[in-house]
Amino acid sequence: MTLRDKAAIVGVGSTPYYKRGRSLPQTPFEMAGKAMLAALDDAGLAVGDVDGLALYSFGLGGDTSLFAQVMGIPEVRFTAMLTGGGGGAAGSVGLGAAAIASGMATCVVSLMSLQQAASRFGASYAPKGKPGAQYSAPPSPEGNFIQPAGLMGPGQMFAVLAQRHMHLYGTKREHFAEVAISTRENARRRQTSIMRDELTLDGYFDARMVAEPLCLFDFCLECDGAVAVVTTTAERAKDLRHPPAFVRASANGGNGRWGQAITWMGMPDEEFASSGHRPVAKRLWDMAGTGPGDVDVALLYDHFSPMVILQLEDYGFCGIGEGGEFVADGNIRWPSGSLPVNTHGGNLSEAYIIGMTHVKEGVEQVRGTAVNQVEGAKVALVTGGPASIPVSSLLLSSEPA
Amino acid sequence: MTASGDTLAKLPPAELINLTPDVFTKPFWDAAVEHRLVIPRCTSCGTFRLPPCAFCWSCQAQDVEWIEHDGSGAVYSFTVIHHPLLPELADSVPYVPAVVELPDTNGCRLVGAVTEVKLGDVRVGMDVDLVWRDVREGETVPTFRPSGT
Repeated sequence: MTLRDKAAIVGVGSTPYYKRGRSLPQTPFEMAGKAMLAALDDAGLAVGDVDGLALYSFGLGGDTSLFAQVMGIPEVRFTAMLTGGGGGAAGSVGLGAAAIASGMATCVVSLMSLQQAASRFGASYAPKGKPGAQYSAPPSPEGNFIQPAGLMGPGQMFAVLAQRHMHLYGTKREHFAEVAISTRENARRRQTSIMRDELTLDGYFDARMVAEPLCLFDFCLECDGAVAVVTTTAERAKDLRHPPAFVRASANGGNGRWGQAITWMGMPDEEFASSGHRPVAKRLWDMAGTGPGDVDVALLYDHFSPMVILQLEDYGFCGIGEGGEFVADGNIRWPSGSLPVNTHGGNLSEAYIIGMTHVKEGVEQVRGTAVNQVEGAKVALVTGGPASIPVSSLLLSSEPA
Repeated sequence: MTASGDTLAKLPPAELINLTPDVFTKPFWDAAVEHRLVIPRCTSCGTFRLPPCAFCWSCQAQDVEWIEHDGSGAVYSFTVIHHPLLPELADSVPYVPAVVELPDTNGCRLVGAVTEVKLGDVRVGMDVDLVWRDVREGETVPTFRPSGT
């Protein structure tokens, strides 16, 4: 038994997206509530229907107990959170679908609320975060083996993986630029996007270098905001406001020795210059009974542009080491490419809400209501991470297999 | 303004380095103060592991012997930090964190900044030697420089 097609996403909602700190004086908890209400409204449901919360990376901005109490959820029957960080974005919906498939809950909300006013993800591993900073990791015995080298932020760390990929396979900065530029082109057509100015190849190469080989435009945005999705049984989904986005498959985790990944740098040689997604991709395709050839649109977690290329390889859209050429050939462009990627503008140019905007876009694509709609899209791949374990993914489809 | 290839690599400031050893990593850092690199090797199956930790990932045994290593290795990958992430780093960029693979350790890697090198000369595969950096009394961390300099 698997969770294949047992559940469907029936509602998506969000707050506006803000540049870092501009969501004040709202609280993260308040934005979580607003996003959930918007997603329920989209579905034609109400708080009284909710009986589960399936989360990742402390996405509520507070604890489930307080959230249920404040929002008036009548009875919580399932509450769980994937361990780890942003890698759990897509997988949190899989967690909700698992609860539904097993009969533990019938209507589960997954959401992420983010506010970076007090602290910045970009300095997550800096040694002296501000007092009370939400995201600055305290020094740890393991971190002692990284931080004295001056590696203090995820972008600096992923730059090390990108550099290795360039060394092994001849991947070029022009390839990273194609990810950044194609994503920006998608964002420019959307009212919700924070970055709507044209990004040219010259503009990309003129930008300041941050952590070689990554320049400013290889980094995602720093944002505030919240995104929620509502998942319910496949049966009930058929009678709601929108066409269901069936959860064809979901998987999370990773090889044990991928482990903490960027914060230990000891991953096995054959996996180092990867996204960590290979074992998760295999389980996703096995559960779905399908493969990369059936995917119409891919929403790939894009905190840093090279990681899109590595995921394209790890999900089998091209061979290992061929991701740079794959994007250079125009494959990820909307609407002309063979596999439009991040049609919503991604973390790079629309907004960084730790991957939940990718889930929202996946739903809108299979509904057929996306701003940058892939014509006739039936199957959408959504990923969370590259990150420490778990990374995750979700395959949505407009009809059961 | 991005530094040119002739610019010499700097180092992150000592004030930002903060070691917090536990029972498993303390022998490593104690030896570092004496400018000795020691790496724990499983007494059961012979597998090296870094960072030092409670269990052997290969056989799950706990006991280790501490093997001395000269710290010479090859750059496995690296980045050049141009943008100061914190205000305290403004005078310390550019610097070059590198992941260095140590031979004869079943692929253990040590992470440290590469110093005494022009930015344009840093390469994956470059041979480097370990240089201990005393950051304060009782705290010493690894850095690297190109071999033979």
